[in-house]
Parts: sequence; structure tokens; C-alpha cells
Amino acid sequence: MDLLQDVIQHYNQWITIFLMVSGLYIVVARGNMIKKLVGLSLFQTSVYLLYISPGKILGGTAPIIGEGFSVYSNVLPHVLILTAIVVGVATLALGLALVVRINEAFGTIEEDEIFEMISEE
Amino acid sequence: MVLLTLLAVITIGVVRLRNLFAVVILGGAYSFLMASVMIVLDAVDVAMTEASVGAGISTVLMLGTLYLTKTEEVRPVHTPVLPLFVAIITGAVLVYGTLDLPPFGIADAPIHAHVAPYYFQNSIPETGVPNVVTSVLASYRGYDTLGETSVIFCAGIAVLMLLKGRRARKGAGKPGKGGKA
Repeated sequence: MDLLQDVIQHYNQWITIFLMVSGLYIVVARGNMIKKLVGLSLFQTSVYLLYISPGKILGGTAPIIGEGFSVYSNVLPHVLILTAIVVGVATLALGLALVVRINEAFGTIEEDEIFEMISEE
Repeated sequence: MVLLTLLAVITIGVVRLRNLFAVVILGGAYSFLMASVMIVLDAVDVAMTEASVGAGISTVLMLGTLYLTKTEEVRPVHTPVLPLFVAIITGAVLVYGTLDLPPFGIADAPIHAHVAPYYFQNSIPETGVPNVVTSVLASYRGYDTLGETSVIFCAGIAVLMLLKGRRARKGAGKPGKGGKA
């Protein structure tokens, strides 16, 4: 019973950790650069979840002040994550531009093939 | 809870698939799911941004890059044992850390104790905006937003610089995709 309660109370955090760890795994284990960037954005979205889920209050509502509501979720994480999402897409665009450029210079986007080419020179 | 489990399932798909096109489309589905989770967690502004930026612009940028490069990933030459080991250890440590965190959704968690009540009490008298997210974003933490804007500006310039040479070399290539972010 104790374990079940633990699972329910920390389910959000555990999913967050799972997403984060799979992002980490993709970034480390895969040599394809687009795949790496997808992994990086997985990692990033897991951080969004990490920030947003403690802000929720059960029985509360969205943080827009109106009559008849008194319990709102915490706004500060929302604001921080709004900023993070937009900055995240900017860095993603920069990373993708680098990938396009690398593909032009080397003809491939696989890390191992690029290392081979460099060591042959 | 169901949505979160779906998120995990999609993540497994993203990790396992080798076709990058499928990975990018799954990424779009992932972002929409994340947006739904945000709605459930009462973060409507974040959900809107995630749906438009995460599922919209990111997917378009990824697809554009795929068009310019390749859509198939080669088989990895290294064994994935070490990264898997690192990932599992990290995950285990983090799960151990969560056991001390306050449970989900209670109102007297420390996160709700400090500045959040101030924002709710003073948003209407000080800024006149009923949507507290807007008032914090544009007024109380306006410098954050200024910094964010300059980051986007720098990223846009960098993307344009990286892709400008491309158009010169190939004659009339594809128009650059910078500045969209």
C-alpha cells in the first residue's frame, strides 16, 4: 500500500526522469546529429514537466483571476517555462543550421564518419 | 496519468526508431501530448506555446533540415552498454531523490509559500491584468523576457550567417530559414 501511494504521489516526477534519461541516452549513444538534437529536445521538455508539475494544486484552476475562484496553480514556473520553450526553439534552430552546414562540408551527418574523415586527413 | 504514460511510450519509439522522418513526426505527437499534459496541470499559456512552438515550428525546422540532409540513420558501431549504464545510474539517483520531494498537488508545498501569493494579490492592483502569467512575464519579470528576446535575436542572426554562404555557393538555393524562431 505504501509503495502504491509512493507511485501515485511521484508518478509525474518519475515520468519526467524517464524522459530526461532517455534524452540523455540518445545524446550519448547515437551518432546521428539530428537524432542527437531530438534527444536534446526530449531532455528539454522533461525539464518543462519537472517545473510545471509541482506548481499544480489539486482542485485549483489556471492562474487567471476571476470571480468564484480562489485556488490557482503557481505562476512562476509557467513564466519561466514560457521563456525556456522559446529559447529552446531558438537554440534548436541554431543546432539544425549547424547540421545543415556540417552536411555540406562533410557530406554526412554521422559523427563516426566525420571523425574518420578528419583522422584520414 | 494516462497522458504521461503515453508520453513515455512515444519516447521509447523515438529512442528505438532509425528512420529520422518517423522520429520527427513522433516528436510532433510528443509535443502535442506534452501540451495536453500542461493543460491538465493548469498551465494553459505554456500549453499554447508548447503546441505552437514545440509541435509547430520545431517540427517544421526539423523537416526542413531532413530535406536538406538524409532521412536514414546508420546502425551504431559502438555498443550502447556504457551510455545505457550512465543513463540507468542517473535515473536511479534521481528517483531516489524524488522520494524526499513533497507529494503531487498539495497546497502547502514550499513552492507555493513565497512569491506566488504576492503575484496573485498584487497583479490586479499593480498591473491591472487578470491573467497573472502575462503580468509576471511582461511586468514583474520583464527583464527575463528582454533577455529571452535578445537570445532569439542572436540565434536568428547566427542561423542567417550559417546559411547565407550556402545560398551564395549553390546559386539560387532554398531561402534561409532563420528569423522564423
